[in-house]
Amino acid sequence: MLTEKETDTENREPIIVCEDVHKWYDDFHVLKGITTSFQKGERAVICGPSGSGKSTFIRTINRLEEHQRGRILVDGIELTNDLRNIDIIRREVGMVFQQFNLFPHLTNLQNITLGPVRVKKMPKSEAENMALALLERVDIQEQAHKFPAEISGGQQQRVAIARALAMEPKIMLFDEPTSALDPEMISEVLDVMRELARSGMTMLVVTHEMGFAREVADRVLFFDEGVIIEDAPPADFFDNPQSERTKLFISQTLQH
Amino acid sequence: MNMDEHTQHIETLKPPATQGVVPWMKENLFSTWFNTLLTGLAIVFLYVILKGILTWVFTEANWQVIPANLQLFTVGTYPRAEIWRVWCILTLLSALVGISAGIWRGLTFRVSVGIACVLLCLAVLPFELTTRAGFLGCALLMAAAFSLIHFTKQWHPGSQLRHWILGTWVLSFPVMMVTLHGFGENAVPTTNWGGLLLTLILAVVGIVLCFPLGVLLAIGRRSSLPAIKWASTVYIETIRGVPLITILFMANLIIPIFLPDVELDKVLRAMMGITFFSAAYMAENVRGGLQSIPRGQYEAAQAVGLNYRKTMQYIVLPQALRSVIPTIVGQFIALFKDTSLVTIIGLLDLLGIARGVMSNPDWLGLQAEIYLFAAGIYFTFCYAMSYISRQIEAALGVDTD
Repeated sequence: MLTEKETDTENREPIIVCEDVHKWYDDFHVLKGITTSFQKGERAVICGPSGSGKSTFIRTINRLEEHQRGRILVDGIELTNDLRNIDIIRREVGMVFQQFNLFPHLTNLQNITLGPVRVKKMPKSEAENMALALLERVDIQEQAHKFPAEISGGQQQRVAIARALAMEPKIMLFDEPTSALDPEMISEVLDVMRELARSGMTMLVVTHEMGFAREVADRVLFFDEGVIIEDAPPADFFDNPQSERTKLFISQTLQH
Repeated sequence: MNMDEHTQHIETLKPPATQGVVPWMKENLFSTWFNTLLTGLAIVFLYVILKGILTWVFTEANWQVIPANLQLFTVGTYPRAEIWRVWCILTLLSALVGISAGIWRGLTFRVSVGIACVLLCLAVLPFELTTRAGFLGCALLMAAAFSLIHFTKQWHPGSQLRHWILGTWVLSFPVMMVTLHGFGENAVPTTNWGGLLLTLILAVVGIVLCFPLGVLLAIGRRSSLPAIKWASTVYIETIRGVPLITILFMANLIIPIFLPDVELDKVLRAMMGITFFSAAYMAENVRGGLQSIPRGQYEAAQAVGLNYRKTMQYIVLPQALRSVIPTIVGQFIALFKDTSLVTIIGLLDLLGIARGVMSNPDWLGLQAEIYLFAAGIYFTFCYAMSYISRQIEAALGVDTD
């Protein structure tokens, strides 16, 4: 199994390349030289204690956060201050937020069609058909004409996933997608993410859901204090962690 | 199974029935001896006040002064021979309002019904017969225009007509200004514009122009570009630190000193003063709305691929403006009333004309009647704005708590 996966990934091209990425908030050094790459179709789970820089890291990939040193390449395009490159990359990278961040003045359907219609200039009727298909895919087509405030947190997060997918991204970033949800709604969101993983989407997921990581991920990265401490397939990561810090983290998260 | 049985036993009760008039009075007016005393005092107080006012209004007041000076109050010293132009404008507006009511219905329809009622009331009041006929004609035209659209609606495509009518509304304003002013020998200079006409022109121009200007200034003040940010901040704070009267004086006296070669119309200068003054306050109101939009909204818009302008246009401004509708309308109302300050630079708006009529020897000692009349007009327009704003809020589902 493992060898198969390795040869498989070797044949693929890296879609995200990070070289010595540094980031400061004022004087606070959040990312201290991140060097890694992600292959097309790879499903990476990023975990670590709060304040470790894991969210900041995935937010640098679509330039919601600016890195101050190092290089980030997404699909061969380097992220710099060039606004055109940022626009191109943002079209290729979808993002799902911890707090959903749906647009409350638009219906669920309009939330999804906004990007295709306003950014890609897709005709409205075509965009609506696509949005309805996406809502069906995340299993809430009957909520299309309601407003975000009228549906549950789990449903809102699924609309948010559909909104990101509507731009037909090559990469999906998930920033703690289940952390703000009531426990009984977590599984409905994870189900959608599992389905997405099966479809071959490149996914970077910041999460505390270790079960999801073990089941779905090709790779688990453990962040602490702005550096990658451990980077291994889930089997190795959970059963045979190399560093003491990782061992401690795993034992603490699996305790409850 | 147990769950089902369990839920069947829980009754859903209706809320307690609302009570009738007598229990309501008992609870709210006569609940204790002290409240009963207060209710009694209030009734006596109201009786004394209302009796005094009503007696004065219906027996002592000399309302002759209003119809006798109606033309002054409405259009100021606009020449009598050219008054037909004002009627042209009223006709155009009535037709437009009627058509709009037929197309948009809902709130637009209710507002137009209100306007028609005011016109009908005016037609009943003891003005000159031609004037009354004019008001009646406008009301009938409005009804006719509405019926035309309403009963032919299956034959015309809605959205296209809407665009045409919106365009006509925008175009109608310059057309009306040109109609009022005219050309050549028959031109009526703006110094002859006055009364309610001038008040409305100043208010409409101020409201229509200060809004976009204020939105731009608010966005500018939150810009990340230092030059734009500082320019906007300096403008807003400077204007807000100066009274409107000062700005009107400056517009009137200082602009001609700095720009001796440019001949700017006096009314135009007043319009500029009012607009620039209100824009600064508008900017601060809008900024309040912008600040209420969480960062996550910007981030989500960026992540979807919207650039800065589109983020503002589709995500931020719709939410920000919606949340500050009450303050914005409050400012429109203030602006409407502030137009009365133009009397100090020699323009005769409704209040200026009112003062002029008071000092006319024929009508001495009728301040109360004239002021009440002016107050009634100001109140009608301000209340209409307030009503429309509340209806818009309700339609948009803005939180009222």
